[in-house]
Amino acid sequence: MQQSETDQGAPAVNHAPAGDQAGTAAIDVAHLVKVYKTTRAVDGISFRIARGSITGLLGGNGAGKTTTIAMIMGLVLPTSGSVEVLGAKIPDQRYDVLGRMNFESPYVDMPMRLTVRQNLTIFGRLYAVKHLRERIDRLAEDLDLKDFLDRSNGKLSAGQKTRVALAKALINEPDLLLLDEPTASLDPDTADWVRQHIETYRKTHNATILLASHNMLEVERLCDRVIIMKRGKIEDDDSPERIMARYNRDTLEEVFLDVARGRVREGAP
Amino acid sequence: MSEIVSHQHRGISLHRINAMVLRYWYLLLSSWPRLLELVYWPALQIITWGFLQNYISQTSGFFAQAGGTLIGAVILWDILFRGQLGFSISFLEEMWARNLGNLMMSPLKPIEFLLSLMIMSIIRLAIGVIPMTLLALFFFGFNFYAIGLPLIAFFCNLIFTSWSVGVFASGLVLRNGLGAESIVWTLMFAVMPLACIYYPVEVLPVWLQYVAWALPPTYVFEGMRALLIDRVFRADLMIWSLVINAVLFAASFAVFLALLRSAKRNGSLLSGGE
Repeated sequence: MQQSETDQGAPAVNHAPAGDQAGTAAIDVAHLVKVYKTTRAVDGISFRIARGSITGLLGGNGAGKTTTIAMIMGLVLPTSGSVEVLGAKIPDQRYDVLGRMNFESPYVDMPMRLTVRQNLTIFGRLYAVKHLRERIDRLAEDLDLKDFLDRSNGKLSAGQKTRVALAKALINEPDLLLLDEPTASLDPDTADWVRQHIETYRKTHNATILLASHNMLEVERLCDRVIIMKRGKIEDDDSPERIMARYNRDTLEEVFLDVARGRVREGAP
Repeated sequence: MSEIVSHQHRGISLHRINAMVLRYWYLLLSSWPRLLELVYWPALQIITWGFLQNYISQTSGFFAQAGGTLIGAVILWDILFRGQLGFSISFLEEMWARNLGNLMMSPLKPIEFLLSLMIMSIIRLAIGVIPMTLLALFFFGFNFYAIGLPLIAFFCNLIFTSWSVGVFASGLVLRNGLGAESIVWTLMFAVMPLACIYYPVEVLPVWLQYVAWALPPTYVFEGMRALLIDRVFRADLMIWSLVINAVLFAASFAVFLALLRSAKRNGSLLSGGE
């Protein structure tokens, strides 16, 4: 697997202070509620995410992570509450900022019959990327896609598809990147490689990244801040170290199990 | 804004429409079964109906004089039906590929998406119907293009109707997922008996004639018969068809946007399943 020099030299954990100063948030969510018929998928959550940070959104299945991300993207309308992204109100002003965002999710695929190059060309054109051919070549170099750039997406392995999806998510060099389970179903080597690339991208572009994941090691390694959700509510919100200290645990996985099983945290406010 | 991204158009962007047309063009070129499917049914239709017309012409004085009404009707019906399918299948390709979320998260606007589907419906229609008209000429001596300028009016009215139905059907699939896919394939057939494709409107019961005259294609098929049988171009029929089409077109757009909003409320944009 290819790896850039900056990747190799990157520290494993980079924990900047959590929270944000007023007016500089990349994402500002206030009192957000989503009700599907009788189910409250998201139940009055509020948070602000600082520009240039990586925030992990944790929670079990049905915790409301994907619905929250979908509302931030404007793909799901909130029942009540508000979302602002890069200063634009979502969903009303989403077209003002969509060109500065991108996402990767296991709920979507790239067209299978098109080659990797064709897919990236189309998304590059949709995002009005300048010097698109050079941009695709650069992404192919960075993400190690060169060997299968002219192969159809349907003939790629899971790891290759994930790298292509990441290339699509980075095609416009987004200021805000939303990643839903970016390393799901990847072998440890590929997953580690993808994490390194995400980390490097954040550093080199001062991008804001919101990452929903079930992989606690991934979150520990990448994120400045962790928001733990349970049944649509925010259960905890702090840096990984402070959360682990509060629960008197050594790993986020243990914290996750405590939250999921309803164990009372020590030193909780 | 990243320096690698050009200024984002606030209005409709031809660049993004072009990107979507390119996406469907790549797909067509990558799949010979898709290309074959576009030609296969229209060719079978014209051959079957052409021989039927030949047979009826030999046994009926009326059809001998009204040469080409059946074949002409088959070709115009195919413009209507294939126009809608061309629109809707391109839309379904996004659902089948689970690509709709990617598109909806991109700067592509719904109107640009729909416009690209309209362009694709014309491209797909051309691939299917042009060989059909050549077969009609070769096998049955029916020159579809001899209709002349009225053909433009017929085509425009039919393609507008096909887009309206396509927009409406796509909205239903968007809202209800692929479980509603069968609507795409069958919706136009609801129009078939009432649009009086193969017979004049007077054949219908009086009360049903009112329904028939509310459908834009009825005017086109009546206009075609007037042209082929009476050698008269009925501009009044084309204008009426255009007026109703305008209303239908606006209504289908409004319904699509309402269904898109409902899909966002319902959370079905990312699922798109059954």
